[in-house]
Amino acid sequence: MEKELKYVDMVEQPISMHPKKFALWLFMVSVVMVFAGLTSAYIVRQAEGNWLEYDLPEIFWITSGIALLSSCTLHWAYFSAKKDNFLNLKIGMGLTVLLGIAFLIGQWYSWVAMVDREVFFVGNPAGSFLYVFTGLHAAHLISGVIFLIIVLISTLRLQVHSKAMDVMEMAATYWHFLGGLWLYLFMFLLLNH
Amino acid sequence: MATATVAPHDEAAHEHHEHHDNFITKYIFTQDHKMIGKQFLITGMFWAIIGGFLSILFRFQLGFPEMSMEFLRPLLGGWIDESGALDPNFYLALVTMHGTIMVFFVLTAGLSGTFSNYLIPLQIGARDMASGFMNMLSYWFFFLSGVIMFISLFIKTGPASGGWVVYPPLSALEQAIPGSGLGMTLWLISMTFFIVSSLLGGINYITTVINLRTKGMSFSRLPLTIWAFFLTAVIGLLSFPVLFAAALLLVFDRSFGTSFYLSDIYIGGEALPNTGGSPVLYQHLFWFLGHPEVYIVLLPALGITSEVIATNSRKPIFGYKAMIISMLGITILSFIVWAHHMFVSGMNPFLGSIFMFLTLIIAVPSAVKVFNYLTTLWRGNLIFTPAMLFSIGLVSFFISGGLTGIFLGNSAIDIQLHDTYFVVAHFHLVMGSASFFGLMAGVYHWFPKMFGRMMDAKLGYIHFWLTFTGVYLVFFPMHYIGIAGFPRRYYSWTNFNFADMYTDLNMFVSVAAIITFAAQFIFIFNFFYSMYRGRKATLNPWRSNTLEWTTPLYPEHGNWPGEIPTVYRWPYDYSKPGAAEDFIPQTVPLSATPESNLPHEQEMVALEMEIMKDESEVLVANESKH
Ligand code: HEM
Ligand SMILES: [Cu+2]
Repeated sequence: MEKELKYVDMVEQPISMHPKKFALWLFMVSVVMVFAGLTSAYIVRQAEGNWLEYDLPEIFWITSGIALLSSCTLHWAYFSAKKDNFLNLKIGMGLTVLLGIAFLIGQWYSWVAMVDREVFFVGNPAGSFLYVFTGLHAAHLISGVIFLIIVLISTLRLQVHSKAMDVMEMAATYWHFLGGLWLYLFMFLLLNH
Repeated sequence: MATATVAPHDEAAHEHHEHHDNFITKYIFTQDHKMIGKQFLITGMFWAIIGGFLSILFRFQLGFPEMSMEFLRPLLGGWIDESGALDPNFYLALVTMHGTIMVFFVLTAGLSGTFSNYLIPLQIGARDMASGFMNMLSYWFFFLSGVIMFISLFIKTGPASGGWVVYPPLSALEQAIPGSGLGMTLWLISMTFFIVSSLLGGINYITTVINLRTKGMSFSRLPLTIWAFFLTAVIGLLSFPVLFAAALLLVFDRSFGTSFYLSDIYIGGEALPNTGGSPVLYQHLFWFLGHPEVYIVLLPALGITSEVIATNSRKPIFGYKAMIISMLGITILSFIVWAHHMFVSGMNPFLGSIFMFLTLIIAVPSAVKVFNYLTTLWRGNLIFTPAMLFSIGLVSFFISGGLTGIFLGNSAIDIQLHDTYFVVAHFHLVMGSASFFGLMAGVYHWFPKMFGRMMDAKLGYIHFWLTFTGVYLVFFPMHYIGIAGFPRRYYSWTNFNFADMYTDLNMFVSVAAIITFAAQFIFIFNFFYSMYRGRKATLNPWRSNTLEWTTPLYPEHGNWPGEIPTVYRWPYDYSKPGAAEDFIPQTVPLSATPESNLPHEQEMVALEMEIMKDESEVLVANESKH
């Protein structure tokens, strides 16, 4: 019997994932590798000494909160879309876009706070790394916001509903990923500075 | 994540019927994986000629240091000084560009780009890649990256000159060497586009292999070529982003004044403002890509070899599972050995021993693969097509170059050998020549599928023997020069007594290199001549089992005119006892070959019949709907 099952399985069309979603996952893997490379570079460099100590900008706590909140609103929008509740969907998407922009503004202020501490991009790598982490993350986040805006526009055109969730799902996956990435970076900095 | 059974095959086919391709969509901005593969191949060949030519230029310098290079002035202009000697800075630029071009443009893009694109959909039974558009972008990013690199060859300060590994501080400071100015900037821009191209391509290959296999094409029935391309793409996906991170920090150091890699540097007695950086950090990041990169270059060649050797030995590949497991092993191990390139960078000797241990472990899966090739060849009914010869050549280089790896992998012996010609000999055999031979084997083998015509075999044999002997004549002597302590990337060595006695040997190497390079034009001629004038190919000229040979002679976009064939067996049923022919294509059901079925296969026949009956009912039902 076991053999039979295996065999039937083999002649079937292999079960497969939506190719675009799958490709998105692979893209996220490559983004993870970029940041894995950078954060390990940070650790290696830190171990060599001559490392500038400074306090992390407090605003990171706020932006992290915003990131979490935006994931919640997006999730709410996602479930509303599944239930074809278009009003909530639009509100949820709109809120998420706004929170995304708020996050970016907050990150900008973290740089202002760094400059106030006299830690500049040019100088000891300890500070430069922080700028690179936040800057590169923000660059990805901008792509995320653009993606969200595209989805927002299609929700306004009623192109997202319970039967057409692919784009919405991809936007949600990417956005949660970016939020998670930020939390990882923040924790990393908290633990290693 | 939701899963869905996707049938993009049929979509693609419909698309094709609807619009007719004009010249631009067919040959230039094409989304057909076959044409994109050919674009990569032709571009790769272009770069191979450029890269090879550069090496001839620096071989002139190494073999004939006293020679006047006046005759090169029309081409090199100011890089030849009044006395007719080659400019030392330009020598370094030549070495750097040769390495960059060969590693990335020829053996990564030209090899993976060509064969992953061309073969993946054909051998797994798909109409096209998961995303034809991304695939097209992948080629055009590569093209753009090539254009930028090409331009950098002609600028006034010369192209990047810090070696293909572009170590800072040499590459980070404009004052260090002329090539570290604009040339290095262009190098970084070009490589960024190259990374984007590789990632787009790699994501596509992985998605396609996982999601678009035809019916019956389970992972345990995939040809080894596909396994190799798949794992190559996985390695690329994990390592190229790290190169991007390394390059990004280098860009910041160069253009924004940060100090990631720079510290306490004095130029002309003046201290630079940078403090706190670490050049070794760059080496870690670079080699985290760099070592996997050598396998990105090699694995596709090994995959092609498996296929060619099995077909032309008329024998099942020996140890199919072992081949897959060793490739998996190589994939994983390749990420944890990078520091063997840094044994002499002042790292902790204990750490060195760990990396030495890990490095030597890689020899195990590599050896497994070699044994499997040899045992497949053993007592086979060998057919020496040019592709077969090149594959056997690959195995030979893999052995001779792999053995020297074991020496280099010893952190103590490496103190003597590091950055000498011994290393040059090692990697030119095991990576350069082996992968190049894999590329050649692939071209000779799949040319009939690509262009519907055969390449001339006689010219192929001449090309093979000249290249094969040429490679050994060029690289074998380098072991001696290296053991004697002669460092690589040196413009001139006549000032050192110990190196004087190698003048003749170097001259010999240079002559051999020139002949080998010239022999490649036999191939170029054969390639283009056969494209138009070659003998018409038959549908399955090598009597091979894999799916690509079931397509028409000139497959259109969509590959199969009708249904995509279903797969019933693994791809290596060659010379199966009892079978009428010495090969049984993957599309032949077990029920059609009762005479050769093994007992457990016979049991499956009944089931297979049932499934086929069901299927034909569905088919009939579908037909009547239309
Ligand atoms: C038996 C397995 C192998 C071992 C133990 C090994 C070991 C090494 C070591 C220790 C080095 C550093 C030498 C030095 O710079 O002092 C080296 C260099 C190199 N190896 Fe291997 N290797 C092996 C197989 C391969 C394979 C299969 C490839 C490529 C497909 C390869 C490509 C290279 C390249 C490109 C370099 C030189 C990089 C450079 O400095 O420019 N090796 N190898
Ligand atoms: Cu290595």
